[in-house]
Amino acid sequence: MVRLIAFLVGLFFSGMLLIGLGDTVITAIKEPAVPSVEAEFHEETLPVKFAHDGPLGKYDRGELQRGLKVYAEVCAACHSLNLVAFRDFAALGYSEEQVKAIAKAWKTEVPSINPETGEPATRPAIPADKIPSPFANEVAARAANNNALPPDLSLITKAREGGPAYVYSLLLGYRDQAGYKNEEGKELLKEFPEAATPAGLHFNPWFANLNIAMAAPIVSDDQVTYDDGTKATKEQMARDVSAFLTWAAEPKMENRKSAGWAALGFLLVFTVLAWMSYKTIWADKKH
Amino acid sequence: MSFPWAQEYKPQGTVSKWVDERLPLPRLVYNAVGAGYPVPRNLNYFWNFGVLAGVALVIQIVTGIVLAMHYYASVDGAFNSVEHIMRDVNSGWFIRYAHMNGASFFFIVVYIHIFRGLFYGSYKAPREMIWLLGVTIFLLMMATAFMGYVLPWGQMSFWGAQVITGFFSAIPLVGEPLRQLLLGGFAPDQAALNRFFSLHYLLPFVIAGVIILHIWALHIPGSSNPTGVSVKGEQDTVPFHPYYTAKDGFGLGIFLIFFVAVTFFAPNMLGHPDNYIPANPLSTPAHIVPEWYFLPFYAILKAFTVDFGIPFTGIIIIPAKLMGVLAMFGSILLLFFLPWLDTSPVRSGHYRPLFRKFFWYGLIPCLLVLTYCGGKPPYTQWVVLSQLAAAYYFAHFLIILPIVSRIERPLPLPNSITEAVTGKPLPAAA
Repeated sequence: MVRLIAFLVGLFFSGMLLIGLGDTVITAIKEPAVPSVEAEFHEETLPVKFAHDGPLGKYDRGELQRGLKVYAEVCAACHSLNLVAFRDFAALGYSEEQVKAIAKAWKTEVPSINPETGEPATRPAIPADKIPSPFANEVAARAANNNALPPDLSLITKAREGGPAYVYSLLLGYRDQAGYKNEEGKELLKEFPEAATPAGLHFNPWFANLNIAMAAPIVSDDQVTYDDGTKATKEQMARDVSAFLTWAAEPKMENRKSAGWAALGFLLVFTVLAWMSYKTIWADKKH
Repeated sequence: MSFPWAQEYKPQGTVSKWVDERLPLPRLVYNAVGAGYPVPRNLNYFWNFGVLAGVALVIQIVTGIVLAMHYYASVDGAFNSVEHIMRDVNSGWFIRYAHMNGASFFFIVVYIHIFRGLFYGSYKAPREMIWLLGVTIFLLMMATAFMGYVLPWGQMSFWGAQVITGFFSAIPLVGEPLRQLLLGGFAPDQAALNRFFSLHYLLPFVIAGVIILHIWALHIPGSSNPTGVSVKGEQDTVPFHPYYTAKDGFGLGIFLIFFVAVTFFAPNMLGHPDNYIPANPLSTPAHIVPEWYFLPFYAILKAFTVDFGIPFTGIIIIPAKLMGVLAMFGSILLLFFLPWLDTSPVRSGHYRPLFRKFFWYGLIPCLLVLTYCGGKPPYTQWVVLSQLAAAYYFAHFLIILPIVSRIERPLPLPNSITEAVTGKPLPAAA
């Protein structure tokens, strides 16, 4: 009985699936899928290497400090970083005094109340504060940005396929859409005339749907003046801020990797000893 | 229970004698995983994975309890509380990554454990009850893993919850009200998150309970073995301790090396980037995909594209969506009937030439294809492939296996485990 019912159930499910298969194939032949502009023109991330790549990689403190500067002077105008506190900047190689100074000099102040009247007010940031958002709330952020919401950047390198390489590619990926060709030499506006970038958006083939609300943030060399004298080319700034945002998303990466090596070393010894005792105990037993 | 030649627990000291007379817990442990449990001497490394699954459960419970001390089950605070664990709790990043990857490794070892059972016929008499309890554990694990994935309240958490709870709305008539009752709202929200957290904390202990029954049931007939030949005498077995404790210790080392390598050096490899975006009920991700261990079942769900009805009348009896949901649950529930679908008296796939062909060239590729297609967007090629593979999946268990076990001519079995191991017949005296 079990086998008879099973046979009928199996016949039903498999049969419906095979009918579905026929249906899928017929539909695909009748109405072949039209290639989308994203499938043809979306670009893979640019090849870029970072000091923190790989199981032995460590953050380059100089790079992180330069990246912080790019974030503070360029990105922070629109993007919050609300999971990172000023005190965390100590990990970038700043002293306690320097962290205090960075917090105090931050362009946006921290929401507070007036201690005398109780009215809403602002005060300079202290190291214990999270980085204050440039906008009071989502409505204010959208109002100032043509109804687009600049995402918080605290986790951006973990929240996008490709991570830091994606951020780097996106920052340098702004192109003139007129006459834009992909690597196969296909011209976008000739293949997809209806895919012209709408007003208020910006063409960037590294963005998922090719049109991003954010205007190119890094527009010219020396947009930021680095304290360590590094020449601030566009590539350098994009790299530095991508590294900084990787740190912002994964501040414990160095602890993680060094603990990983210690754990692996321990386990290697443990496993060798376990293997030896296994072999010893079984020495007289054929199996 | 167990074999007559099993070693008996003999308490030595006064204290252990005193304890043994009042609560023989050490005796229980001795007979369960100590020298008192005789085990076939010819087990291969596939038999390590039961113990490894137990270890994985312990890792999940220990890390999970610590996470629950810092986690905050609130739609406004859950995401940030996980990030608080990652950034500010002492070694919180380790606890969280270990729990997150521990779930994946739990499924890896359980899948290998199930694979072992399927190939070596461990589900056959007299071990049906062990198998039934095992499938129950698997179902509980899936529920627990799904609810745990919702807790960080990222984009995939939210939309995964939306899709999975949407299954209930496929039930005719009562579906939608039932879904709302279970969720405590029209969409996953605070009420649902609280329920998921409560159940996610409860179910692992239910799993632990069913594991105790699973091991109890195992100790009635004793462990199976790669030849599938039953134990005939003392020479066929070795005491679990020290023989298999030593082998399991080595297996555990290898398992932990893989686990540590992924947890410390590629902790987000098995996850989805979208879950680092806080849940937003107003923005649907481009592709909603579950965690990798659910992909084969997700592929089966999506493979049903046509309604079942009376042709040319437009009457639909079972809509495609409901059929997909039924098939997805059916694909696991059918495992409960496996002991009665596969009627071959030979257990081990080694001695079943026809079964082995369908297993290696049918079932295994079919599962790999389903896993791969489950994570792909619904383009024609992936839909066609998953329909083909899903059709084979049901046919394999429900049609092919019963027929194969009837028509197959098994290879000659060794007379005993010892003969298989030593390659010579038993001495007459033994």
